Amino acid sequence: MSWRWLLVVPLVLPLLVTVYNRTEPRLWGVPFFYWAQMACALIAMVTITLVFQLEKRGPR
Amino acid sequence: MTDIWFFAALTLAMLGLGFAAARWRRPARPHSLEEWGVGGRAFGNWVTWFLLGGSMYTAYTFVAVPAATYGVGAIGFFAVPFAVITTPMMYLISTRAWSVSHVHGFVTSAEFARARFGSRGLAALIALTGIAATMPYIAVQLIALQAILKSAGVPGEWPLLVAVVAVSLCTFRSGLRAPALLSIAKDVLLVWLVLSMAMVVAWSGGWRVAFERADRRLAFDASPVSGLLLPDNGRLGYFTLIIGSALAIFAYPHAVTGILAAKDRATIKRNAAAMPLYCLALGFMALLGIFAIGQGVRPVGGDLNTVMPQLFDVTLPAWSAGIAYAAIGVAALIPAAVMSIAAANLFTRSIYREYLRRNASEAEEATVSRYTSLLMKFGAVACIVAFDQQLSIELQLIGGVVILQTLPAVVAGLWTSWFHRFALAGGLLGGLAVGMLMLYQVPQRAADGRIVKAHFGGSSWPVGALGSVYIGLIALAVNVAVVVVATMAFKAMRVPAGRDLTRPEDYLADGDSPSLQRLDILVDGLPRAKVGAHAKDGG
Repeated sequence: MSWRWLLVVPLVLPLLVTVYNRTEPRLWGVPFFYWAQMACALIAMVTITLVFQLEKRGPR
Repeated sequence: MTDIWFFAALTLAMLGLGFAAARWRRPARPHSLEEWGVGGRAFGNWVTWFLLGGSMYTAYTFVAVPAATYGVGAIGFFAVPFAVITTPMMYLISTRAWSVSHVHGFVTSAEFARARFGSRGLAALIALTGIAATMPYIAVQLIALQAILKSAGVPGEWPLLVAVVAVSLCTFRSGLRAPALLSIAKDVLLVWLVLSMAMVVAWSGGWRVAFERADRRLAFDASPVSGLLLPDNGRLGYFTLIIGSALAIFAYPHAVTGILAAKDRATIKRNAAAMPLYCLALGFMALLGIFAIGQGVRPVGGDLNTVMPQLFDVTLPAWSAGIAYAAIGVAALIPAAVMSIAAANLFTRSIYREYLRRNASEAEEATVSRYTSLLMKFGAVACIVAFDQQLSIELQLIGGVVILQTLPAVVAGLWTSWFHRFALAGGLLGGLAVGMLMLYQVPQRAADGRIVKAHFGGSSWPVGALGSVYIGLIALAVNVAVVVVATMAFKAMRVPAGRDLTRPEDYLADGDSPSLQRLDILVDGLPRAKVGAHAKDGG
């Protein structure tokens, strides 16, 4: 089981259109639809960094 | 007028930097295609990040995405999730593409297909497809630049021509180093732009007010698709557009060029991790399109591409608007440069060297690429000056569908050589035919449903109550089906398959891999370059 499977998270989250196509909850007045998709960018950043670090340490 | 002077001065200073780039970390052999075309495969974490950001997050994106959110709301936001999913894909796909290209000295993915499936005809087909998809992409960058000039009140075509001549000379001289250095400088301006617009939004009552105002207008629009959320029948179209666009990125020649310029696998992985920062910047720009609605911004002459420049004009002081214009203007010239380099490399390696001059020297390759890149840029200028702008926009729309058809060979090929070379060529042509035929039948409709234009009006194919599907994906599905069925048929008929010149370990090789040195001897008929800058400087 490779650490790479973690990358499924940032791959799949932005595709859940039906889930994030809503207005509430808002963040600083921005509807959920918009801020959730931008939050996916942060999640991608964290996940990829994690996978990179884990791969460097452990065996492939 | 202040804004024009700031814009002109900053843009000129940037282009001066592009000229100086030829001297930046000057290599031992400046006149080879590996140096000119992929920066000697020596770009580290930072330079790669700026270059990839500069070539993939283009001015057209920064202008067209807010134009779309301004026009229809939620649907325009698709660029953000699309950009996000390219980052984990880059971690998985681009590392393999980088390794095999590094080992064999490829500068384009058409050369990879040639080595993997043993067919130079397939490589030429992929190269031509790539060039055809890239040319209009360069043209739409220049359209973005023209939108800036239009907003700044600069009349006529000559300023555009001046900018293109300047950037062409930079590229001609410095190769990929010019756009790389330019993108670093551009991002300084971009940070300025983002911060100053963030302040403007905060001073104008924040996002809550902006969204309330936008909701009021979008709700009253006659168009059934516009709104702050996706309509029920808009979700499938949104979903397929995300997937299709994300896949296309890995087939576009200019994205490949940026990746191949990296110095090792770790550079690409770190970049995949940092790339989402650009997604945030893009998301912010998309939100600015919504913000522009509440600010009462009106596009110049109904051209939605001028929404962003007009927003800067309305909300920022003149000098600051000048900086913003320069950021977008240079952001148009960088991808134009990278795209012309990528297309030139395709021509040189897969057509010129395969069909015209089999034993072209390294210096000759670089020269051919230099002139081809000039031709690409001026071809794009000629396109937008001579024809209606609408033509370039249509061609770019088509370009996305077109480039997707090379995916089975250049991306799936990274994992398997099972496909037959003739099947891949057939699938590519089949996918192109289906894609074209479908695009031809899509009319463009005005907000009230009236047909404005009968053909090439969009890239969504209606599928009843579900809404629509991105045509690129349908064409790709046809393509893959043809490839699979034809491969089985060719194998059953024992039609000889091409010889695969790559080895499994090539796909995992790194910058310091011992397998690199031996490869010239092992594999004949492939680029005789000693795998780039590393073999020479021992780095």
